[in-house]
Amino acid sequence: MNRLQASGFRLQAKRVAGVAALCLVVILFVGAGDDSTGRFNNLGHKLMCRCGCNQVLLECNHVGCTYSDTMRNELLAGLQRGDSDDLVLQAFVQKYGPTVLAAPTTTGFNRVAWIMPFVALTGGLLLVVVIVKAWNTRRAAVVVAAGAGDAATRDELRRRVHQETEL
Amino acid sequence: MPLIGSFSLVLALALSVYCLAAGVVALFRHGPQFERLGETARRAGIAVWAAVALAAAVLVVATFQNDFSIAYILHHSNRDLGAPYKFAALWSGQEGSLLFWSLLLASYGLVLRMRHKVDTRLVAYASVIIAAVQIFFLSLVNFAAPPFALTQGAIPPDGNGLNPLLQYPEMVIHPPMLYLGYVGFTVPFAFALAALIMRYPGEKWIHITRRWTMVTWGFLTCGVFLGAHWAYAVLGWGGYWGWDPVENASLLPWLTGTAFLHSVMMQEKRGMLKMWNMWLIFSTFLLSILGTLLTRSGIVSSVHAFAQSSIGTWFFVFLVITFAVCLFAFVYNYRYLKSEHRLESLVSRESSFLFNNLILLVACFTVLWGTLFPILSEWVQGHKITVGPPFFNRVNIPVALLLLLLTAVGPLLSWRKTSVESLKRNFLIPTLIALSAAVLVMIAPASWGGPFGMRPWQEASYFYSLMTITLSVLVAATVVSEFVRGGRVIARHTGSSLAAGMLHLTRRNTRRYGGYIVHFGVIVIMIGFAGAAFNRDVEQELGNGQQMSIGPYTLVARSYTDDDNPNYRSQWAIIDVSKNGTPLATMYPERRFYKASQQTATMVANRSTLREDLYLVYSGLNDQTGRPIIRAHLNPLVLWIWIGVLIVIAGTGVALVPNMAAARVTVTAHVPAPAGEAVGAGR
Repeated sequence: MNRLQASGFRLQAKRVAGVAALCLVVILFVGAGDDSTGRFNNLGHKLMCRCGCNQVLLECNHVGCTYSDTMRNELLAGLQRGDSDDLVLQAFVQKYGPTVLAAPTTTGFNRVAWIMPFVALTGGLLLVVVIVKAWNTRRAAVVVAAGAGDAATRDELRRRVHQETEL
Repeated sequence: MPLIGSFSLVLALALSVYCLAAGVVALFRHGPQFERLGETARRAGIAVWAAVALAAAVLVVATFQNDFSIAYILHHSNRDLGAPYKFAALWSGQEGSLLFWSLLLASYGLVLRMRHKVDTRLVAYASVIIAAVQIFFLSLVNFAAPPFALTQGAIPPDGNGLNPLLQYPEMVIHPPMLYLGYVGFTVPFAFALAALIMRYPGEKWIHITRRWTMVTWGFLTCGVFLGAHWAYAVLGWGGYWGWDPVENASLLPWLTGTAFLHSVMMQEKRGMLKMWNMWLIFSTFLLSILGTLLTRSGIVSSVHAFAQSSIGTWFFVFLVITFAVCLFAFVYNYRYLKSEHRLESLVSRESSFLFNNLILLVACFTVLWGTLFPILSEWVQGHKITVGPPFFNRVNIPVALLLLLLTAVGPLLSWRKTSVESLKRNFLIPTLIALSAAVLVMIAPASWGGPFGMRPWQEASYFYSLMTITLSVLVAATVVSEFVRGGRVIARHTGSSLAAGMLHLTRRNTRRYGGYIVHFGVIVIMIGFAGAAFNRDVEQELGNGQQMSIGPYTLVARSYTDDDNPNYRSQWAIIDVSKNGTPLATMYPERRFYKASQQTATMVANRSTLREDLYLVYSGLNDQTGRPIIRAHLNPLVLWIWIGVLIVIAGTGVALVPNMAAARVTVTAHVPAPAGEAVGAGR
């Protein structure tokens, strides 16, 4: 009987959890949709202003800047023509040179820029794991001396505990 | 005046050379006469401060006297410049900032040499190393970038003025803070190198330098974030961090310094990572110099162009020599840096420190890599490319999230080894709280503003924002649980309240709990950063009486007005702001034209709340229509960043306070044997 009751509870809990998850998904997906106006914003943040301000195109705040207004209009025109993101960016590269892109491309040597940080992270993580494992294997077994209960040893252990835990 | 200044600098250089030479001889020879020689070297080091301080004072006085016979003052000041900015002119240009750097270094050296009794011999070594660094900077101001160089030809009646971007109150304190941070790392570097050279036994040098490092780190943190706040308030582009090479240069030593502050605990408590710590502190100092080299040499392009010059070669040579000295000292003495213990488990406090260090160093490498990649690209491909914010954000955000996760996990792990049971016990509630926060952020209505009601699958930035908030809540929950758990134990033993117990706990181990407060500050900052994913902006021509909208705010241009003073002309926009139809405030974005430098600058009007910043920029007049342009930004959660910085500084302050002596609690134990006695359970 008890086993049956427990099984019933589990089943009920699963159902409640399932309904809750379903409700959550429905709530979350309400209003989800594609933001088409975001393309201008997205691409505008992938380009640098060429006026020498060293700022992203949509963040260049120089009034009378001889580049940013023109570049924004060119971006808008590219989007209105229905060009793909790649095509729009390529047109800018052809006109202004490769430094117009705010980040390295993912082709050729520029790929190295993106890869290296993750290589460093992965390599570092692996190295730490390997070192710790190697240390663990070589660690000599700690033998607790028979006299560990004497006062001097206790004091030493207390000192070490205090040093290591600050408590 | 210029003669006094120049003479002071030559004298300071001569004294530094004497301090180095006499100090070295005294260290390697024995006998009373060499002890006296060592004492004269120490006093010469103290006198360096007097000479450099005199030179700096002369430059400041000459600035206030409008002595345009000095070229530096001609180029960085003018008659109508306000008094605080005349003072700030000392560090506004290349030559003055190098003099200021020398002054700060001499000041740190002064404190170190005055406190030589903490360990006479170790301080003598460190003093000699500081003297060597001082010689480099004094050589720069004597030969490469002299601040007292005279104006060529006829002396103009007025100066060129200070760069308008620097005429902002924060500019009076931001560079000193940053330099205090950069220069301050010379002291732990000097102690570390000294300890290595003299094969210093034990960890006393770490104890001596611990406070130096924390103070320096605190200054650098202040400097970095004051710079961010200055960029936000002055540059007028609506952001606070643009991944400019100068900003990156300040971040590099901060990252390695942060790693050192964590891993040094392993050395103190378990005698581990001695070589690692040595190189961390070397790297921090070398990165301070490398950052200066990058930003002052013109190797990389930066908006901080006022600081570029041809002194890069000097810095490069100094960097190479310093690295060679560090490497030689290390190779010669590394056997004395053997660890006393080894890591016993991957799930332990020690390994969490190790992973924390790894991630901080990867972040440092990423920033350096991105900063230098344009140069590498030019070498390999024959053309430069831009490595801007999209790269840094995309690469660093996952790294920062990993770091946040470790910040949550690390403090709750035990030293040596942590059991699965302990993990479950410590993390179950914080994890549930963090997950609840994530769900709340997603299901809350978007009208709450900022990240609420987000759909993390719509954009990568939303997903990262949600992860940042979730992990920040996890860190907060673990920090609070640490305080509560410890406070409860103290409260139980002392019979006090929980709050009193937590306060007592903090005072008993200020470094640990001060560190937790710093962590709490960091997550408040991170939540502020997470808000950036939801920034919005609108730019519009706005004539009198016209209105524009951004989010729930409506902006109506009441009027525009002009003002004029001897230093600049200004144009103001007077804008009435209402929120959901309710009048809220009047804001005054301003645009200034500085007469001496013939440059324009914006003064942003910002209405900051915990929820969001309404940030208005008066961009000027449209060339074609002649109508004023207003740019409005709605930036959620920015205020959290500045509050978080204050918490970080407060935590650093707490960690610097000496520990209170542990309270002794006597518990009477009832034991059957006649020899029963009260057991002192002092913790």
